[in-house]
Amino acid sequence: MAEKKVYEKTLGVMPDVISGFCPGCMHGTVHKLVGEVVQELGMLDKLVRVEGVGCCGLGQQFVSHDVIIAAHGRACAVATGVKRCSPESLVYTYQGDGDLASIGLDETVSAANRGENFTVIFINNGIYGMTGGQMAPTTLIGMKATTAPFGRKVEEHGYPMHVCELLSQLKTPQFLVRTAVDTPQNVIKTRKYIKQAFQNQIDGKGFSLVEVVTSCPTNWGYTAKEALTFLREKMFEEFPLGVYRDKDKEEA
Amino acid sequence: MAERVFMKGCEAIAEAGVRAGCRFFAGYPITPQNEIPEYFARRMPEVGGVFVQGESEVASVNMLYGAAATGTPAMSSSSSCGISLYSEGVSYCASARLPVVYVNVQRGGPGIGAIQPAQQDYLQATKASGNGGFRMIVLAPATVQECVDMVYEAFELAQRDNNPVLVLTDGVIGTMMEPVVLPPMKTDEDIKAMKAKFADKACTGHEPCKQHFCFPGSVGTGQEIANKEAEKMYATWDKDVRVEKYLTDDAEIIFAAYGISARISRAVVKQLRAEGIKAGMIRPITVSPFPYEAFSSLDFNQVKGILDVEMSIPAQMRWDIDHAVQGRCPINECRRSGGQLLTNDQVLEGARQLIKEVL
Repeated sequence: MAEKKVYEKTLGVMPDVISGFCPGCMHGTVHKLVGEVVQELGMLDKLVRVEGVGCCGLGQQFVSHDVIIAAHGRACAVATGVKRCSPESLVYTYQGDGDLASIGLDETVSAANRGENFTVIFINNGIYGMTGGQMAPTTLIGMKATTAPFGRKVEEHGYPMHVCELLSQLKTPQFLVRTAVDTPQNVIKTRKYIKQAFQNQIDGKGFSLVEVVTSCPTNWGYTAKEALTFLREKMFEEFPLGVYRDKDKEEA
Repeated sequence: MAERVFMKGCEAIAEAGVRAGCRFFAGYPITPQNEIPEYFARRMPEVGGVFVQGESEVASVNMLYGAAATGTPAMSSSSSCGISLYSEGVSYCASARLPVVYVNVQRGGPGIGAIQPAQQDYLQATKASGNGGFRMIVLAPATVQECVDMVYEAFELAQRDNNPVLVLTDGVIGTMMEPVVLPPMKTDEDIKAMKAKFADKACTGHEPCKQHFCFPGSVGTGQEIANKEAEKMYATWDKDVRVEKYLTDDAEIIFAAYGISARISRAVVKQLRAEGIKAGMIRPITVSPFPYEAFSSLDFNQVKGILDVEMSIPAQMRWDIDHAVQGRCPINECRRSGGQLLTNDQVLEGARQLIKEVL
């Protein structure tokens, strides 16, 4: 019987490099999806990654495309400089919640409001991963963090920040979506959203952001399986999945 | 034939940048340098360049970083407290070896300080413009013409070394008008050549696994290797040292001043010469690398005293002069700060005091 190829690893990641992400982490899945989608779009040779600081910065070791390391929080400003000077490049930022929603919130909101024509991949796992489990703007109420050892309290820390909802108050952004990669079905959905976010850039439609709500078993203090349960029961409750802005649909 | 026009310092700086090939500018409003971003905002569309008003100085310098990572000649400007916010971004540009140019039109400080002219960022500019111990060439113009020439040259130096270059001026020179001869406009071909020179580093997209990195730092020994490479570059800067020696051959009293303070000091030197006093001036033109040799090689049997003139309290360039002179003659200071301009009378008074003490 002749062999039939049913799966091929994307050229968007290095062929023989193993990712350094923890077991149960979802960064790897998202990287794979970015690679697959851009390969399908035939744009891998134009792809420029502007990388945030945190666990999101581990991707540089195994993606196969151009990487610009931004200072913590500054990815959307750096990407603005890159895309404005090299409009033919396909530019995306890859940022975590501390990077994008805390130290870099100004850059995120301002780039979104200018309608900068690049794509943002935003990983929201409600915690600072690389620095060891400190409280993020997206940490849930009651959730323990090394800098909120008694759990996040509304009276002290306020409520978790909702990036898609916040940005959807702006008129300019083209596409804002919150999604997940916890099930095959959600992976397929996320793949579609990431593709649309890059297609929007190719079509010159402006700012597109894909927020992926993910787990962090290591810093949540759970096994990978427990983390999945927490993700589905608690994280999705606080951060409802769905499309928050799609100008294409609004105009249709 | 060279074009001679009457221009304000800040606008001349911006036009010189455009003529040097700058095709990306990002900046944030801050007095007294607003005319630079304003000029770029209307000029860039004429030359196919990009102007972005950043949401902050922090964002602006990081836009500059991104622009430079594509190989686009890029520049920015700010003033004192804004320049403090540039520190991280400039440090990243230095570490990633990006050829950016930026201008500090100094005002008073520390803190929000005053919007009036000052020279209070000397040590920050020349010794530690960010974390990590990198160095930059820092040019200090004393006229609008020098602003033009130095911004133009700054692009050449930045691209030669793949390192940031700072033009350190102040609110007097930035806001006054003088006649200037503008340099020739770099052609599209010239700019293409600049980009081509950076093509082996530019991050604009490449074939899978043939990717480029813009990497400000490295883990393990990689960072140390990069630091040593940068040090080799710094060691080549002896040839870049520039200094003006004004009537120093027979001078017994030496004024040490840069930028606007040097203009005031020059007038006082003339006045003292008219009185028969052998005064002269050493004016650092590059404040980094500093012209130590100009001071250390003085004949201290002849030179009786040095007057350090700067618009900073405490004095800052004084550190470099001390380092060169090593106690071989007295050094007095004549200073103002917080946006207060030195006057000829104050400098003259400082000189007379020194003369009384040493002659």
